[in-house]
Amino acid sequence: MMKLAKKDILGIRDMSREEINLILDTAESFLEISTREIKKVPTLRGKSVINLFYEASTRTRTSFELAGKRLSADTINISASTSSAVKGETLIDTARNLEAMTPDIIVIRHSAAGAPHLLAGLVRQSIINAGDGSHEHPSQALLDMLTIKEKKGKIAGLKVAIIGDIAHSRVARSNIYGLSKMGAEVVVAGPPTMLPRDIDKLGVRVCTKLEDAVADADVVMMLRIQLEREKQNIFPSLREYARHYCLNRRNLGLAKPDAIVMHPGPINRGVEISPDIADDPTCSVILNQVNNGVAVRMALLYLLTGGSE
Amino acid sequence: MKLFLKNARVIDPAQNTDDIMDIVLAEGKIIARGPDLKAPPEAELIELAGLVAAPGLVDMHVHLREPGLEYKETIASGAAAAVAGGFTSIACMPNTEPVNDNRSVTEFIRRKAAEADLAHVYPIAAITAGSEGKRLAEYWDLKEAGALALSDDGKPVMDAALMRRAMEYACSLDLPVIQHCEDKNLSACGLINEGYWSTVLGLPGIPAIAEEVIVGRDILIAEYTRTRIHIAHVSTAGSVRLIRDAKKRGVQVTAEATPHHFTLTDEALAGYDTNYKVSPPLRSRADVEAVKQGLADGTIDAIACDHAPHARTDKEVEFEYAACGISGLETSLGLSLGLVHDKTLTLAQLIARMSLQPANILKIPAGTLAEGADADITVIDPALDWTVDVQSFRSLGKNSPFHGRKMKGRAVLTIVKGTVKYDGRAPRP
Repeated sequence: MMKLAKKDILGIRDMSREEINLILDTAESFLEISTREIKKVPTLRGKSVINLFYEASTRTRTSFELAGKRLSADTINISASTSSAVKGETLIDTARNLEAMTPDIIVIRHSAAGAPHLLAGLVRQSIINAGDGSHEHPSQALLDMLTIKEKKGKIAGLKVAIIGDIAHSRVARSNIYGLSKMGAEVVVAGPPTMLPRDIDKLGVRVCTKLEDAVADADVVMMLRIQLEREKQNIFPSLREYARHYCLNRRNLGLAKPDAIVMHPGPINRGVEISPDIADDPTCSVILNQVNNGVAVRMALLYLLTGGSE
Repeated sequence: MKLFLKNARVIDPAQNTDDIMDIVLAEGKIIARGPDLKAPPEAELIELAGLVAAPGLVDMHVHLREPGLEYKETIASGAAAAVAGGFTSIACMPNTEPVNDNRSVTEFIRRKAAEADLAHVYPIAAITAGSEGKRLAEYWDLKEAGALALSDDGKPVMDAALMRRAMEYACSLDLPVIQHCEDKNLSACGLINEGYWSTVLGLPGIPAIAEEVIVGRDILIAEYTRTRIHIAHVSTAGSVRLIRDAKKRGVQVTAEATPHHFTLTDEALAGYDTNYKVSPPLRSRADVEAVKQGLADGTIDAIACDHAPHARTDKEVEFEYAACGISGLETSLGLSLGLVHDKTLTLAQLIARMSLQPANILKIPAGTLAEGADADITVIDPALDWTVDVQSFRSLGKNSPFHGRKMKGRAVLTIVKGTVKYDGRAPRP
C-alpha cells in the first residue's frame, strides 16, 4: 500500500516517477466508477473540496467537481476575478478565510504563475494546482499520461510530439516533465516565437516545423492557440498559422500508422487541428482525455486525503 | 565637539592610504590625521584598534518614497537606514508622488533631510516632466533648488531624440544623467530574466538585450554629443562589455552595480518569492560573473544598492502583481564585503567603489579622509559575524531576500559632519 507523501500537487516538475505511477494506478482503479449506473462511492464522505477558480474554465472545473461528488465529498465552486483580486481582497486573505472554514482540499486555478505556491505555503489544507499562468497544469498532464497508457499500454519508449504555443502553455510544461520522467521521447514544435528560451534544457528535442516533429510520432499532442496572441506579433495571422501548424490528414500521415492525436481543449477547429482529425475515432482520443480527467482528479483527491493505492 | 579616533586602519583610496593612524575631527572637518597623534584637549576618544576607518560611504541610487509613499519609507527612516548601513551620503531617485521634476519637491526633500539630520541626502531630479518621457524638466531651476543629477529611474527614456536633448542640455549644467536602461518594447510584460528559469516557471522573460540596446544607444549618444552618461544597476554581461569597450574609446560613461546583481542569480526565483523580484531582474551565473569582473577591472565604477523599500502589502501578493525591489541600505556593505572575501576586490578597491567613485560621479564633497575634508567617516569591522534580521532594519521596508543570511563585516560607527549618527559597536565591559 503506497501513500502519497505530498501535502500539495503543485506541478509535475517536483514529482517522482513513483508518485506519477501511484496516481495513474489509483486513477485506473477509479475509472470503473464512472461507468456504473450509480456513479458514486462513499470514500470521501464528510470531506470538503473548494474549487477556487480565478480563470474561466469549463472542463477542468467540472471535472474536479464531478470527481469530488463521485467520491461523496462536498464540493464548493468559487469563481473569482483576478481584477477584483488586484483591487479588493488579496489572494492571501481569501485563502485564510477559506482555511478558517476548514475544507480538506483547495483546488486553485489562477492566471498568475506561482499563485498555488503562495497558497500552499500559507494554509494547512492541501492545494491542487488546476493551472497557473503559463507554469503548470499537473492534473492535465496526468490525465494525458493515463490516456497514453490506456491506448498504448505504456509510456516509456514512445515518441510524443507537442505542437503549438509552447511558450505560453502550462499543459506543455507539465507534459514535458511527466512524459520525460516516464521514459518517453518528447519533441516540441512551433514557430520560433512560440518556443521559450532554453526549452532544450528541459530535455526535449526542438523543431520549428510541424512535419519534423510529427514524423514517426506515436502520440501527437496539439495545443490550443490563444487567438489574442495574434496581437502580440507572435504569429502574423491565423490563416498563416493554420497553413503550417494545423494537424491534418496529410501531415498526420508522417506519424506512425497507429499514432493517437490529443488536445487539452478547447479546440480551435481548423486552426491547430482540422475537424476531420479531431472527430476521427480511429486516431483522436480527445474525449477519452476528458473522461480520464475525472478519474485522475478522483485519484488526486483520494490520495491527498490520506488514501492509499 | 571634537572626536579623536585612535589606532584605526585608515583606508583612504583618494590618497592611496592604508595605514594605522589617528584622526582628529573638529567643527565637522578632519583637522589632523597621522600616526601617534597627541590627543587634543576636550576631545572624545574613540578607540578603533582592529577596525577600518573609511571615507563615509556613498550610495548614489536609493528610493526614499517621500513625498507620497510614506507608508513604504520616509526620508527620515531612509536616512536612518543609510547611517545604520554605513552610508553618510545618499542620492534619492525622483519617482515619488509627485515626481521630483520641479523646484518645490526638490526643496521639500532637502528640508526633510535637514530635519532628519542623519545622512546627507542629495535629490536626483527627473529627466522629463512627470518622468513621462515626453518633454524636458526644468534643469536650471532644479539645479538651483539642489538637485545634483537627473534620472527617470524605472521609466527609461525610450525616445532617443529626447534622450539626446536631455544629455546635451544637462551637460552644459554639469548635471550627470543616470539612465535605467530597459527597452520597454523588449521587456514588455516580462517579470524575470529570460532564460531557463523563466521557461521553467512560466513567467514572461526580460531578455538581457532589453538592457543592452539602451546601454548601447546611450553610449552612442554620449559619444556623438560628447556628453556624459551614467548607467544605473548594470545587470548583464553584454552591458559590461559595451561599457568596457566605450571606456576604451574614451566615451564619458560611468556605471554602477547593485549587491543583489553580483550576489544572486535568477535561480533564486524558483519558489516565486517576491522578495527576489527586482528591476532589472536577477540574471544568470555568467552575468553575475561578468558584473563582478566589471567591478574588478574598473569598468563598473560604483556599487549602489537601489534601495527600494516596500510595505508588506506590496510584496505579499501573486508574483506578477508584486512590486519590484529590495530594501538594501542595511545589507549593502555586508554583501559587498563578500567581494573582498572572495578576492574579487581588495578592501581598498571596495571602499573606492562605495565612496570616492560615486562621490566623483555625483561631484559631491565626499569620498576622502584628507585633512580639511568633511568629517564623514564609516568605521567598518571587516571580521564581525552577524546575521541579517529584517526586523532590526531602520528602514520601514523589511523586503529583503537576505533575511537570515550570515554576513561577515559591517559598519559599526557612522560619523556625519563630525557627529556620530550610528553606533553599532558592542557595548564595552
